Amino acid sequence: MKNFLSRCYIGLIFFLLYIPIVVLIIFSFNESGSLAEFSGFSFTWYEELFHDQEAFSALRNSLILAIISSLIATILGTFGALGLHRMRNRYVKQAITTVTNIPMMNPDIVTGVSMMLLFVAVAAFLKTHELFGFATLLIAHITFNIPYVMLSVMPRFKQLDKSLSEAAQDLGCTPSRAFFMVELPEIVPGIISGLMMSFTLSLDDFVISHFVSSPNFQTLPLYVYNQTAHNVKFSMYALSALIVAVILVILLIVNFAGSAADRKNKKGGR
Amino acid sequence: MKHQALPQAEHPPQAPRKSKNTHRNFFQRFAAVPHVVWTVMFIVAPMLFVFYFAFTDAEGRFSIANIVHLSQYTNVFILSIAFALIATVVCLLIGYPLAYFMSRQSERAQKILMVLIMLPMWCNLLIRTYALMALLDNGGLLNSLLGKLGLEPLPIVGSYFGVILGMVYDFLPYMVLPIFTAMTKLDKRYIEASSDLGCNSWQTMTKVIMPLTLSGVVSGVTMVFVPSISTFYISQKLGAGKIDLVGDTIERLFQNASTYNVGAAMSLVMMILIIVSLAVMNKFSDEEGGMVP
Repeated sequence: MKNFLSRCYIGLIFFLLYIPIVVLIIFSFNESGSLAEFSGFSFTWYEELFHDQEAFSALRNSLILAIISSLIATILGTFGALGLHRMRNRYVKQAITTVTNIPMMNPDIVTGVSMMLLFVAVAAFLKTHELFGFATLLIAHITFNIPYVMLSVMPRFKQLDKSLSEAAQDLGCTPSRAFFMVELPEIVPGIISGLMMSFTLSLDDFVISHFVSSPNFQTLPLYVYNQTAHNVKFSMYALSALIVAVILVILLIVNFAGSAADRKNKKGGR
Repeated sequence: MKHQALPQAEHPPQAPRKSKNTHRNFFQRFAAVPHVVWTVMFIVAPMLFVFYFAFTDAEGRFSIANIVHLSQYTNVFILSIAFALIATVVCLLIGYPLAYFMSRQSERAQKILMVLIMLPMWCNLLIRTYALMALLDNGGLLNSLLGKLGLEPLPIVGSYFGVILGMVYDFLPYMVLPIFTAMTKLDKRYIEASSDLGCNSWQTMTKVIMPLTLSGVVSGVTMVFVPSISTFYISQKLGAGKIDLVGDTIERLFQNASTYNVGAAMSLVMMILIIVSLAVMNKFSDEEGGMVP
């Protein structure tokens, strides 16, 4: 009985959580531009979306920005974590970690506003109006990605067995060769999860981008924001439905692949 | 014999002073330099600019006029804090039992529920908010169904209730996930031990499970409270532009170069407000359960 009630509760909350998303997906196929009544199935809004050049360039911009910013953030963050791990002064280490984590702790709007003020000041100093755009977005995305990279890489460094690197050096490796041959392979899973995390965070970010962007370089979330700012646009329902579908597929793949790998490990390892 | 016991004893997880015999070459010694330079340029400097703009006037002279000017936004601050607090408490009241019940399902069911809770988290906030607005709006499905039943339409969009509902809807997964993680990490033997020692299920819940999952609650509360107090899209969409929160005000102040200074002051105050409330919460939770997140 207890178990039944708890399942009902889970079902109810998930129902409420999903009903807006499901309604959105259904009405993205609605023939008439109405949210009140489903009058007939059609791809009208998808056609409108696919004819929208702006949507495609926003998608392309988002992907470019996410790839470049996550790669740079991963490199900076990984070497940063390495340097911090080897640092001997505990107070300097603590101070750097705290400052790095500021974008993770601060509300996005404050991070966005603070970077905007920096760029405004730099633009005034350089006497230019063209500063905002891809470069400012890239800097902002790298900055808010770094703490997440370090968050996933740092534990790997802490778990490293020092005696392995020492053994490699005793057996004739130079310290940097020992790092690349022995330690780096141990850290790679952390680097990959940091890279994936920053890629998704960068794709997803709206608030920070909102403050450091310019109209001539729009990312997908910025495009959605501008399109939904004043009026209801049904092609946005179509776009949202597509995004939900893509995320669902990715999540299922990741989860399925993950559990398949788990089973393999259990069979082989234990 | 002695030699076999050594490796464990000699390498505790953190041994900063033991690293004498690891050789740091030039590369490893300076690996953090690019990161530190980046941090100073793009995290420290922007924060200093927030302070600079908050305490200067349009000509760049020192002034506290911006901070004084904020007193006219007292109501906005109170409303934002109230909304964020209510949304956080509601998320906790809904999310805690949900995480608890989820953690008691079979492993397979847990995996599916985990995907289901993460899907909305991965969807952009704009999309979730927009979907909710589409459902609840005056011309939306809910009100048209109510109309067919001969009932009055519910003016949810544009009301305080609508904005809080939006916050709860958008941020509930952020509350559930950390609590659920804490629940699954909980050693089941503690629960067995407490019932062996005569606790009923309510006592087990309040004396064993709740204190041991407090760290999850603390991170859940943080992850709901911070975005709730600083949001502007939710209040724009579900408040129909009628309800002004701190986030909306900051966003508006930064659209016009002449109000950057007041905007910076407002951001600064909000930041301090959040730091203080998180510090209070951490202190409170330290005293309660001795857990530091």
